Formats: sequence, structure tokens, C-alpha cells
Amino acid sequence: MTAIRVLVGTKKGAFILTSDGARSDWNVSGPCFAGWEIYHMKGSPADPDRIYASQTSAWFGQVIQRSSDGGRTWEQPGSMDQAASGPQDPDGTPSMPQGESNKFVYDTSDETGKPLTTHQWYDGTQHPWEFARVWHLEPSLTDPDTAYAGVEDAALFQTTDGGESWDEIAGLRGHASGPAWQPGAGGMCLHSILLHPDDTKRMYVAISAAGAFRTDDGGASWKPINNGLHSQYIPDPTAETGHCVHRLAMHPATPDTLYMQKHWDVMRSDDAGENWTEVSGNLPSDFGFPIDVHAHEPETIFVVPIKSDSEHFPPEGKLRVYRSRTGGNEWEPLTDGLPQKDCYVNVLRDAMSVDRLDPCGIYFGTTGGQVYGSADGGDSWAPIVRDLPSVLSVEVQTIE
Amino acid sequence: MIRVVLPHHLNTLAGVEGEIVLLVEGEVTQESVLDALEARYPMLRGTIRDHATRRRRPLVRFFACNEDVTHEPANAPLAEPVASGAEPFLVVGAIAGG
Repeated sequence: MTAIRVLVGTKKGAFILTSDGARSDWNVSGPCFAGWEIYHMKGSPADPDRIYASQTSAWFGQVIQRSSDGGRTWEQPGSMDQAASGPQDPDGTPSMPQGESNKFVYDTSDETGKPLTTHQWYDGTQHPWEFARVWHLEPSLTDPDTAYAGVEDAALFQTTDGGESWDEIAGLRGHASGPAWQPGAGGMCLHSILLHPDDTKRMYVAISAAGAFRTDDGGASWKPINNGLHSQYIPDPTAETGHCVHRLAMHPATPDTLYMQKHWDVMRSDDAGENWTEVSGNLPSDFGFPIDVHAHEPETIFVVPIKSDSEHFPPEGKLRVYRSRTGGNEWEPLTDGLPQKDCYVNVLRDAMSVDRLDPCGIYFGTTGGQVYGSADGGDSWAPIVRDLPSVLSVEVQTIE
Repeated sequence: MIRVVLPHHLNTLAGVEGEIVLLVEGEVTQESVLDALEARYPMLRGTIRDHATRRRRPLVRFFACNEDVTHEPANAPLAEPVASGAEPFLVVGAIAGG
């Protein structure tokens, strides 16, 4: 029987929304990790019962949580009680890393490319790279124990042991442009990770406010892919890096076509990011955060226009998802079931996702704590839950 | 035996309720107490002290015998009542946030 599982990360805990394929009646469970910021949760495409969660706190730092039963129970991988009877080596020491699952330490070794130790700070000086939190977790398409983590300060980490330990993919920070990267208002975060469906060596990432990057060699080297972006808020509007990319999206059937919601501008590339063209078209505002692609129509994309970089709420107080069936430029507002007056919430970059049913379901969460869902490709919407804490992320699993 | 009191969120992470009792080898200092705590509860590594630098996280403080000992040297002996178990060593989360 088909089921939908919506993983919602909020500023005060995690919630899991479940429904059958009709997507009309929902069960809300949670909060898990009550009181903690859950920046992101995502399930493994290879094993939907395996879910990773980024649990963070200004007080107590980063915690990685893992579920192996679809979110019913959670553990910090590899961090079981020393006194518990776990697998041990012959000498009596635990056979898995202990307390390493929360450890994100930047790689500064010569052997892995001498990654940079400083980046540009707000005042123009160089500033040490300091780990703050995991913004985004991207499980491997094929191996439940492999996942990538996009972190602040911007870097990419990888686990191959189910989250028990994490190592930096250091070539990204080793790119020569690193000293010029600088944080956006939300911090210098690596927030988008796209895995090529066929070529395991190719990956796309995006960083605020450095731009988009691509690797074709499994992470050893990276290329800025920002040609065609135009950002008036940097000294050279067409610079190689420095662009505040808010989100990247891709359909697995057309992995050379990328969509981007930039600080301002909605962009499209049809050559794996080599060149970008603006497709904002008739949007009421081309500022926004999330962008996503229909599960079955690679040219159908969704954005949520926000009034401006100074006023992070919908234009005219009307919460509208905009859909383009032409891969951009021509957009239609989707309003049925969404508040069309007095609405001043925001929708953050990781807070929109789609399911794989037909018709495709689309889901997004707001800073006001609502999670809206559409079971008909965006034509109509209904709140699944209205009063959660501020929503940071939304991911959807289609369980078949 | 050393008594340690954790803030709510760290009790939850460690899966404990109330005070923790630890056996600390050698001199009883902030460092040796935290080392013993993290050895017994590895899931707390990185939550009180930064994983890389081992420095106290900015919004965490340490109290003992009605004194704020946060800024005492990490390897300085803690007061005798803590070392004897008469008084607990408190790990405290700063009152802040929304």
C-alpha cells in the first residue's frame, strides 16, 4: 500500500506527517528532539526506513540523529552507552566510533589538497573557518550508509558508515576562490546538494554567498558554475563567485538541466551549470528561497515569490506558489486553498518538496508553522497542520 | 564518586534522569569530570566542549558549591565537596533564546 511520509524540521523539534496515497487524511507525530532546531531530515532513496536528521542548538552544538525504522525510533549513530553490550573488538574496545557522529572537523591536511583555513568575514578581513551546524543532509542514491552533509561555515562532509563518523570532502574549500567566499545574512552555509543519478562522480552544490559549484571527479576538484548570474549586490555583478544562490533543483531524468532560485532571479541552465539564463518571466517578484521540480514533468517547476530581500513575506500578503510548465519564463499563480490576504510568512529554502505519486504532490512549510500540501500538482492546496513551530525544512518520502 | 547534574536537553540526549554518578580517576578537575562524563556517555561529546578545540561551548557554564567555576582553569582541582561527592558539579545552559 502506498504511503506518504513528510519529514518536517522546525525551530523546536521534528514532526512526521503520514498519509495513505489519497493524501487527504493525515497523522501528525512529534515533536521528536523537542526544543532543538531540526535544520533538515531526509530519508535514504535506497532504504526509506533509514532517515538522517540534523539536530542543532546554539547551546549544545550539532547532533546527528539516525532512524532505521522510518522515524519511530532514533539514535546517535555509534554513540551507544559504553556500558551497554555492543559489538566489541577482541581487546574489548567498541568496534564502532564512539561519540564521533557529531564531529565535523575541517580537513587541513596537505594530502587532501591543503584546503583553506580562512574566508572573508563581514568586515573584509580573513576569518577562520568555524563549524556551526549541518544545514542539509543528502543520502546516497544507492547506499543507505553513505550520506553527504552541507554545513556552515560552508563545506561538504561525507559519511560512509551510517553517520558514525564524518570526513570533509576537502577539495571544495580548496578551490582558489575560497578566500573570497563570505557569509550571507543567514551565515555561510552549503545548503544544496544534487547527486547525478547516473554519474557517481558528478555532484552539484550551492553556497550562500559563494555560488554554485560542480565536481566531475567525485569531489576531488570543483568548478564554479556561475556564468550568466548577475548580482547587483557584489562589486562585480558577473563575478565567478560571490553570488547568493538560495537553492538548486534538478529532475533526475534531465540531470544536465538545473534550476536556481537566487537571492534575486530565477535561473536555468541546460548544460550542467556551465551557463545560466534568467527565467523569472512574469513572476510578481523573483526573490525567494525554495525551488522544486515536478516528479513526472521535468519542465514543470515551482517557486514561492517573496516581496524582497528587505521584506521576507509574500507580495501583497498573498501566499502564492507559482508554477511554470515551460521550465520558466511563463508562470501561473496557484492560490486555491492558500491564504490570499494578511499572510506574512516566509518559506525557507529547504522547506518545499514533492512526492512521486501521480498526480504529483507538492508540500511546503512556513515560518508561521503551517505545512501545506497539494495532491493535484499544485492546483489546490490544504493545510496538513497549522500550528507547528517555525518550519525550517520539508522532505517527502513516497513509500511504495 | 562524583555527582553531575546536566541541563534538560543533555539529560535527554544521554537518556538519563536526575543526577549522574561518575567514577573519576585521579584528581577531580573540570577536565577529568568532563572526560569521565563523555567516556560514559559518548553521545555528549561535542555538546559541552567543542569537538575540535575542546573549548567550552559559549552558552554552557559550570557551577559548583554555589560558585560559578566556568572560568577556572580546566585542570584546576574542584572544591573538596565536589571531589567527595557531597556537592554536585552542575553543567548549566545559559538562560537565553526564544
